[in-house]
Amino acid sequence: MENLLWVIPALPFAGALLLILLGGRLPRTVVSLIGVGSVGLSAVLTLLLGFQFLSDAPAGGVYRQEVWQWFNVAGFNPSIAFHLDALSLVFIFVITFVGFLIHLYSTAYMAEDEGFTRFFAYMNLFVGSMLVLVLADNLLLLYLGWEGVGLCSYLLIGFWYKEPQNGYAARKAFIITRVGDTAMAIGLFMLFQYFGTLHIQTISSEATQAWPIGVQPALIIAFLLLGGAVGKSGQLPLQTWLPDAMAGPTPVSALIHAATMVTAGVYLIARMHVLFELAPIAQFTVAVIGAVTLLLAGFSALTQSDLKRVLAYSTISQIGYMFLALGVGAWSAGIFHFMIHAFFKALLFLAAGAIIISLHHEQNMFKMGGLKEKMPAVFWTFLIGAASLAALPLVTAGFYSKDQILWLALAGERGNIWLYLAGLVGAFITAIYTFRMVFITFFGEAKTHLEHPPGKLIVLPLVVLAVLSTVAGFIELPHNFGHVVLFSSFLSPVLPNLPVNESMVPSEWMFQAIAAAFSLAGVFVAYLVYLKRPALHESIRNSGVAMALHRFWYSGWGFDRLYDKLFVQPFVYMATLNKNDFIDSFYHLLTHIARMLNRGMAHTQSGILRWYMMGVVVGALVIITISLLP
Amino acid sequence: MILAWLLVLLLVGGILAWVSDRVHPQLPRWVALSVTLACLLMTLFLWLETPAHTANTWLMRYEVPWIPQWGVSFSLALDGLSLLMLALTFFIGLVSILISWKEIQTKVGFFHFNILWVLAGITGVFLTMDLFLFYFFWEVMLIPMYFLIGIWGHENRTYAAYKFFIFTQASGLLMLLSILGLYFVHGTATGTYSFNYFDLLGTNFPLGVEKWLMAGFLAAFLVKLPVVPFHSWLPDAHSQAPTAGSVILAGLLLKTGAYGLLRFVVPLFPEAAQVFAPWAMLLGVIGILYGAILAFAQTDLKRLIAYTSVSHMGFVVLGVFAFNQWAYQGVVMQMITHGLSTGALFILAGFLYERLHTRDIRQMGGFWPTLPKMGVIAMVFVMASLGLPGLGNFIAEFLTLVGSWRASPVFTVFATIGLVAATVYSLRIMQKVFLGQHHTTHRMQDLSPRELGIAVPLVVLILWLGLNPQPVLDLARGSLETQLEAYAQPSLKITSPNSVTLIAHPQDSVHTLKGGSHALK
Amino acid sequence: MTTLPMEYGLLLAGILFVIGLVSLLIRRNIIFMLISVEIMLNAAGLAFIVAGARWAQADGQVMFIFIVTMAAAEVSVGLALILQLYHNLKTLDSDAANLMYG
Repeated sequence: MENLLWVIPALPFAGALLLILLGGRLPRTVVSLIGVGSVGLSAVLTLLLGFQFLSDAPAGGVYRQEVWQWFNVAGFNPSIAFHLDALSLVFIFVITFVGFLIHLYSTAYMAEDEGFTRFFAYMNLFVGSMLVLVLADNLLLLYLGWEGVGLCSYLLIGFWYKEPQNGYAARKAFIITRVGDTAMAIGLFMLFQYFGTLHIQTISSEATQAWPIGVQPALIIAFLLLGGAVGKSGQLPLQTWLPDAMAGPTPVSALIHAATMVTAGVYLIARMHVLFELAPIAQFTVAVIGAVTLLLAGFSALTQSDLKRVLAYSTISQIGYMFLALGVGAWSAGIFHFMIHAFFKALLFLAAGAIIISLHHEQNMFKMGGLKEKMPAVFWTFLIGAASLAALPLVTAGFYSKDQILWLALAGERGNIWLYLAGLVGAFITAIYTFRMVFITFFGEAKTHLEHPPGKLIVLPLVVLAVLSTVAGFIELPHNFGHVVLFSSFLSPVLPNLPVNESMVPSEWMFQAIAAAFSLAGVFVAYLVYLKRPALHESIRNSGVAMALHRFWYSGWGFDRLYDKLFVQPFVYMATLNKNDFIDSFYHLLTHIARMLNRGMAHTQSGILRWYMMGVVVGALVIITISLLP
Repeated sequence: MILAWLLVLLLVGGILAWVSDRVHPQLPRWVALSVTLACLLMTLFLWLETPAHTANTWLMRYEVPWIPQWGVSFSLALDGLSLLMLALTFFIGLVSILISWKEIQTKVGFFHFNILWVLAGITGVFLTMDLFLFYFFWEVMLIPMYFLIGIWGHENRTYAAYKFFIFTQASGLLMLLSILGLYFVHGTATGTYSFNYFDLLGTNFPLGVEKWLMAGFLAAFLVKLPVVPFHSWLPDAHSQAPTAGSVILAGLLLKTGAYGLLRFVVPLFPEAAQVFAPWAMLLGVIGILYGAILAFAQTDLKRLIAYTSVSHMGFVVLGVFAFNQWAYQGVVMQMITHGLSTGALFILAGFLYERLHTRDIRQMGGFWPTLPKMGVIAMVFVMASLGLPGLGNFIAEFLTLVGSWRASPVFTVFATIGLVAATVYSLRIMQKVFLGQHHTTHRMQDLSPRELGIAVPLVVLILWLGLNPQPVLDLARGSLETQLEAYAQPSLKITSPNSVTLIAHPQDSVHTLKGGSHALK
Repeated sequence: MTTLPMEYGLLLAGILFVIGLVSLLIRRNIIFMLISVEIMLNAAGLAFIVAGARWAQADGQVMFIFIVTMAAAEVSVGLALILQLYHNLKTLDSDAANLMYG
């Protein structure tokens, strides 16, 4: 069974290849069969492999399979080899399973689109690359997957390529993530310098032996890898591409820019957690970045009017929670939140997509309203997802994953009251913007005409994801009730558990209650402002300070403008200024001098024979005189 | 002997192609095609015959005296590096004959004569081990290229042809001076006057002399490569040449510069090369960034691609002067993959020019729906040019950077930033040509079977090189090790415990970071 | 037989040469210019003869024969050119033939 590991990423690649090569000639049913089938088969294989992994754990907790040796240069010998352990199993499960549901949904969502085949080719390519990313046993292969998903993200954001701003968003995403990737590449050079290999397990084991905590190379490498992670995961300071990435079709936003690709940074940090543990400053930076990002993105989400942009900012914010968890050493809590987030955020995006397609590509929330009765299935599933995002206590999965992060951010051995407070405020804001979205979209009076209700293929994935967004939380319950630790104990061979400050354990229930109260309060505020007393909303909105803040937050804290002024404009200015290559003018100067000399000499050639004779005579005289000189 | 036959075949084939013009206007194409194909098959045969792990670097040698009293011999030799370069030469040559099938309609015979003679010159440069003969072939490759640009080029062809000729000729003459200098220095030191490479290897010079002799060689190779600030012939020559000319220029002629650095500069002048290394790496980095910025600003598609070549060749200089296996394998990969990927981009530009009669990207846009096949192929090569893993260029650039990191982390960091700039200009090509709104009313045909037959093998090769580069690396290894014999090799990893310092001692740790760097000392 | 001192011969050759040269420089008629060149050639020839006689060597006479041959060839080519020039320009003024300047 484990020999089939390579098939899991190979199937989507094969699907993509088939669709690209045969492309236009296939009927749509065959295209969807190939596109969905390849990912579906991968999901089935993952389930089977996962079942075997759980029932009969392999030695060392790892399946490793080398497919072929990539290259070998003077001892630098990365392989195309896959490494399946608990961490990658969680990721491939989410990727294939959520990916399969989104593919299925897309067959209906994209049915009318002329680029149907192209869409599935790109999506399959994405799933394949993402699987390579999380299954890679060395960092070079991981980098292959890493750039591969970046490519697919570019292709899919710019999927509707006729609009120039989609192309702009696509390039922005690619280039900004490439900035992070460059930092990561430099990190890889350094790792190779110190370890002579990029094999992840070798690096992890040798680093702990060779390096004491706080050693400088580890610190630099950790920061460089963090650069790659913040780029891919849309964290500060490279977060600006993610809201624009919503230009792509909604299933793309669900799969790539919410559930899977943007969490690659989380995966990278978790995978290289040994290095981060050796560099406490870098790890603390991870936590700070997470905390700051979750707040900034939360405030921005409060002000957006585009349904998908709210979700995009909320994704940035939720990944901020994951970074916070990783930064305080709560590895498994971060991964747990990744999984739960993948479920409910995919659900929210898909439900939003169902609304958008039914309203004929209308994305502005303020032009929706009153959809509760018209689209009950979408409403209820969206509500479940929203509840999970807002972390409503006890019934939602989001509560358990977020509460675990908050608790460990405070009580973990690297915990910190400020990080905890940031998370708590973030939870409050999350609840507000989530239910702002729910109330504006589904309640109130209807402002648009419904084109056609969503079909079965759209509703089915919503229902499955809604169930997962609720029950998946119960596999990991806090100490004081239930005390289920299925998830963290499953991950414990790969990711160490975080010791908790024992003195605080008795008061854990109090902090849970506070977190629950904050999210409920958020929901109440949203209810008050957006549903119960719209006048309040108006009056807040019209005050001067609020308007300025609104503009500021709406534009994502002005980062875009800052980067535009700092990097883009100087670069473009420099490039256009020097379009004709000033170095060339040096050579033009040379030719100019040659021409001038030529013109000067040409004057002497008058065409009058006697002048030439005179020249000969004078020349001869000069030479004779010189030769006669002593 | 087979090596001499390659040359004879190309030279005689060239004349035959010229003459056969009188018989039938299509005949020169077939003559040129079959000659190049025969050469390619011979090279592939040689490759297959090569044992996988051979102790002997030199696979084949052929030597007859030519002007014995001057120590000039007709000396050819083949090692893994030259074999790879020959395979690339004939493959690119084949491609450039095929793309000219429709494009060239005037003086067909003379055109193919020039193509075959350029290829002969390049083959000679890659094979010959006699400096006198090397200079001869260096010139042979120059003159037909001048005709290719000057006769079949675009609107500004005369200027471009002169510029190309003067730059390469002037730098070539400097190399001739150095060759003669080397000949006499070696002759007076040992008593045997010889132009033979193997005799000249290991000559001992005073450092001052060595520097000047190396400077002459560098002049020729750095101009050919080209390195900023000697690059300005390249955008003109590339953009004005016919498609086949641009492909041969980018794919092969630039590689002769890189080959010359590896084959002659590195082993002949080890001390001077190490002294010069930091400056060379600086030039490489400047080339990477400067070329990228200029590429971004261009509106002429072929000029844009030409500047990307400047940027990519910066990696070659960076790698050559890092003096280790990783960088050298990266350089060889870069030579091959850049030949394929940039060649392919020029081919696509040529296809577009045939359809639109313009190279101005401001007049393009939105071609994806009408030209989907070309779009997919362009996407592959645009991604290759920005160094996407899985394609050959990534292996090249990554290995080069891994190697150069050992020599100089600072330069490597700047070179890596060049990858971001590469992304910027590469995506711009895609956006301006294929994406966006369609605003011409032109009806355009997607790729014809002939055009697909040219482009698809390139795609397959670049993918194959990205996923399984080992055969190429194996073939090059022996000769690269020989070139590096005079240089100390860094160990695979830093293991000594004192290489690791705690943050508490910042003054030591700065030193540690730069460990293993000769370029900064 | 008394021999003239060599200096006399050389002086004569020098004077002839200078006369030829000066007339070449001041004459505009191209036929006269050709004649001046002939005078200069003969001056050179005389110098060779004188030198040959002084050292009793045949080389001087050999050179003179060379010069005579060359002068004959030169005159034939020169006259042909002059004829062409006259045909084209209808004049024998050398300054009129300044069409090949700069």
